[in-house]
Amino acid sequence: MKIAITSVGPALDSQVDPRFGRAAYFVLVDTETLEFTAVENAGAAAGGGAGVSAAKAVIDAGAEAVLTGNCGPNAERALRAADVKLFTGVAGTVAEAVEQYKAGKLVEAAGPSVPSHFGAGG
Amino acid sequence: MAGGFVIAVASGKGGTGKTTIATNLARVASETGERVCYIDCDVEEPNGHIFLKPEIAEREDATVEIPHVDAAKCTACGECGALCQYSAIVCLGGQVLVFDRLCHSCGGCWQVCPAGAITPEPMKIGEIEIGKSGRIDFASGRLRIGHVMTPALIRKVKTYIDPAGLTILDVPPGTSCPVVNSLRGVDFVLLVTEPTPFGLNDLKLAVELTRDLGLPFGVVINRHGIGNDAVEQYCQDESIDVLLHLADDRRIAEAYSSGKMIADELPGIRRQFHGLLTYLDRMRALQHAPR
Repeated sequence: MKIAITSVGPALDSQVDPRFGRAAYFVLVDTETLEFTAVENAGAAAGGGAGVSAAKAVIDAGAEAVLTGNCGPNAERALRAADVKLFTGVAGTVAEAVEQYKAGKLVEAAGPSVPSHFGAGG
Repeated sequence: MAGGFVIAVASGKGGTGKTTIATNLARVASETGERVCYIDCDVEEPNGHIFLKPEIAEREDATVEIPHVDAAKCTACGECGALCQYSAIVCLGGQVLVFDRLCHSCGGCWQVCPAGAITPEPMKIGEIEIGKSGRIDFASGRLRIGHVMTPALIRKVKTYIDPAGLTILDVPPGTSCPVVNSLRGVDFVLLVTEPTPFGLNDLKLAVELTRDLGLPFGVVINRHGIGNDAVEQYCQDESIDVLLHLADDRRIAEAYSSGKMIADELPGIRRQFHGLLTYLDRMRALQHAPR
């Protein structure tokens, strides 16, 4: 199955980006083969609606789960509508996050972890 | 009857004294027998009511139109979401979601929907309070917490401009969309500043905006006596009229901090506002003079 990890860079040894909507990259990893692709987050600098457009990007890319640091209410609602599982509080490298996910060490988020605009800075 | 005239009291920098100037100008003008209307366009943090203490006669809801999706008609084609630049409507996994707080009410989604599944519905973004402060007609907008459609509410508050009287608009600080929407269509702009490097920097931005909008304007220097003379020098170099100097005076601060009108408390200040009104009356006469 394909999962999306928010990342500050386009590689497996990149750090997990703690923000969902404003993440620099989404690394899409196949949990069976560990093949991956990285897509730049086009909405990282959007004025508003970054969470929703990020959700649409990972859903359209076929992800069935999202691993990230924090996720706001709009993005959480969009992911839930598309039955994408959400895991927040994830840190370390992308590879480590995938390992934790595969080992069943991550707990699915019950809702958004932060309010709107949390990751927008300033 | 001199004909309608709309004065906007604006500033680049916050806290320079826009509300002090706007409310006292309204008060002094109303005492001359003039028909005066005060409108608080600073809908994110209105405060003119603290000084004018109006009796509110009416409250009007301000709404904008947002999309309502009929799931039975929706084919999940995704055209609405592809059009929306704010991700306020998005098509995900065979269904359309609306994020009403992100919507800018452009109406594009219900125009583009080939299935006719989207219709506009009202969303309340704020309230307008309408009343009287003595002889002054008073209107003030208040945006709901968490809403972003400030310009839409400002445009609605401005429908209370008196087309035959003198209207004074209390404009939000800065030079962004809310300010542009407040200034559009006014007859004269008073730019309030303070004689400090911060005041000068933000005055320059406000002057640039006001010139860009093609509006006549003059400057009010508040807290005159602090800082330096760089604002005076700038106005002289740019041939900008400085119409009023309000001294840095503890009595003004005391009146302000207890919600009192400085024109009521300090006769010298009242005379200064009369002087400003005389200048503005001349501008008004020019505006309505036959060309």
